[in-house]
Amino acid sequence: MSEAIVTVKSIEQTNKYSKTIRFDWDAEAKPGQFIMVWCPGMDEIPLSLSSVDDEKSITFKVIGPDTEALASKSVGDKLRIRGPYGNGYDLSSKRILVVGGGIGIAPITPVLKCKDVDAVFAARDAGEVAYADPLGKEYCKNHWICTDDGSMGEHCNAVEMVKKVLAEHEYDEIIACGPEVMLFFLLKYLNEIGMKCQFSLERYMKCGAGVCGACMCDEHRVCKDGPVFTGEQINKMKDFGTGRRDACGTFVSYR
Amino acid sequence: MSGLKVTVGKISFDRPGIVASGIMDETGDTMVRMLRSGAGAVVSKSVGSNPNPGHRNPNFTEVPCGCINAMGLPNPGIDAFAEEMEVAVKEGPIIGSVYGSSPGEFAELAGKMEDYGACAVELNLSCPHAKGYGMEVGTDPKMVGTIVKAVKDAVKVPVWVKLTPNTHILQDIGRSVEEAGGDAIVAINTLKAMVIVPEFGKPLLSNKVCGLSGKCIKPIGVRAVWDLHNAVSIPIVGVGGIYDHRDALEYIMAGASAFQLGSAVLTEGVDVFEKINRGLEAFMEEYGYGSIEEMRGVAHE
Repeated sequence: MSEAIVTVKSIEQTNKYSKTIRFDWDAEAKPGQFIMVWCPGMDEIPLSLSSVDDEKSITFKVIGPDTEALASKSVGDKLRIRGPYGNGYDLSSKRILVVGGGIGIAPITPVLKCKDVDAVFAARDAGEVAYADPLGKEYCKNHWICTDDGSMGEHCNAVEMVKKVLAEHEYDEIIACGPEVMLFFLLKYLNEIGMKCQFSLERYMKCGAGVCGACMCDEHRVCKDGPVFTGEQINKMKDFGTGRRDACGTFVSYR
Repeated sequence: MSGLKVTVGKISFDRPGIVASGIMDETGDTMVRMLRSGAGAVVSKSVGSNPNPGHRNPNFTEVPCGCINAMGLPNPGIDAFAEEMEVAVKEGPIIGSVYGSSPGEFAELAGKMEDYGACAVELNLSCPHAKGYGMEVGTDPKMVGTIVKAVKDAVKVPVWVKLTPNTHILQDIGRSVEEAGGDAIVAINTLKAMVIVPEFGKPLLSNKVCGLSGKCIKPIGVRAVWDLHNAVSIPIVGVGGIYDHRDALEYIMAGASAFQLGSAVLTEGVDVFEKINRGLEAFMEEYGYGSIEEMRGVAHE
């Protein structure tokens, strides 16, 4: 891990809901790893890297005061970052299908660039997913888009799309990132067909470095043991799909 | 591993390393994992009367020789913590850490920890970054004595008192703990510190003031244990910058009966306890020590 003060090189509207900030930072990072980002006026938050080259990027959905503060940055502004943290994806399987749901498309973007994979991009609507189409065209042999409202690609959810793809293509492993409800039903299906997988999970984080115990999913530290876990590990997690810890450490049930 | 067995007052632990409060101890499952990773016991997160989200992020960062934090005592509150304790105590010894702002509050919280099955309670009189708590109540020998007495009257399990190094009267505070009937002293908590980001012209952490832990504080902790050993006769548990068995030995030879560690998990991983256990066994064999107790305080001789 290292810390750095980086300069915003560019900031652009990635899609209807999200922005991407690019900055130069030569730290070595793997797809699936994240950094802790802070500047005065916001709380420090964890964000996955959407590019892991020397020019790195973060792509984030504007959903609250912290991401609003980040979205208001201009070229030349400074950010204080630390990381990269977490384990990242294991890309050793030969034939991989990556599945990104919503803002979960961002963390899987670096995978497309460093390995020949096929991809499913799933989102609520065209406004959230249109930007991924050129990425798929540039980096993947095959890619599919689906939306909940049918405004782009297939009119279905991520799990239904994966089912359709697997009916016609063979893969050794599925790598996915997206909302927990998507991952929950995807895992259920992949278990049924006996498909190997790795998912990137999300929990409320404080230290980000594996000491404070805020982001626990069962006995696993999402920040250090994860954020990427195998289907085998996730199958044993009673918290997965059930609930999460809040800032106090209180277990909050999803239902 | 019988040579690693240690006794702190009335209680014994099969292994001498204990997980310090605030590290990997917020949930039952986490505490179980640490016990299975070679720790002799786990001190729980410091728990108060009500749910507390702690200070806002940023509240942590690594520094070249350790790390700083101002978590601000986040915890789900003593009532909700019952569930976590229920899971953890089935696996092994859990020391319930509590923080309060008055003797009565400490006594009530400690009583609940005892009810939950804690083998001892640890009073947090040393957190350097929580207003009205921690070292703000733990640097006045008289107040410390009053709190310890109140807790001793309320519980049967041993009462450990975690002290701060941010004082020039550590020995006086230690004597107050002993006179009030405290069963053990845990030293040290983090050192009061600050990090400023020059580019922003502002302190990094939301609470501004924080606590420094890790490698850099070990010599201070060892000196504190040395001083306490000269001042009191109740057991001392050493903590501060322990990363390997040699660090642990410094504390033991300064007078500690057992030791705790936390920040080392950051760089050494959760199996740091197992590595230290193996290192201690090899050392004891090479230097002809039969037990941890035999090494305790030898540096004073």
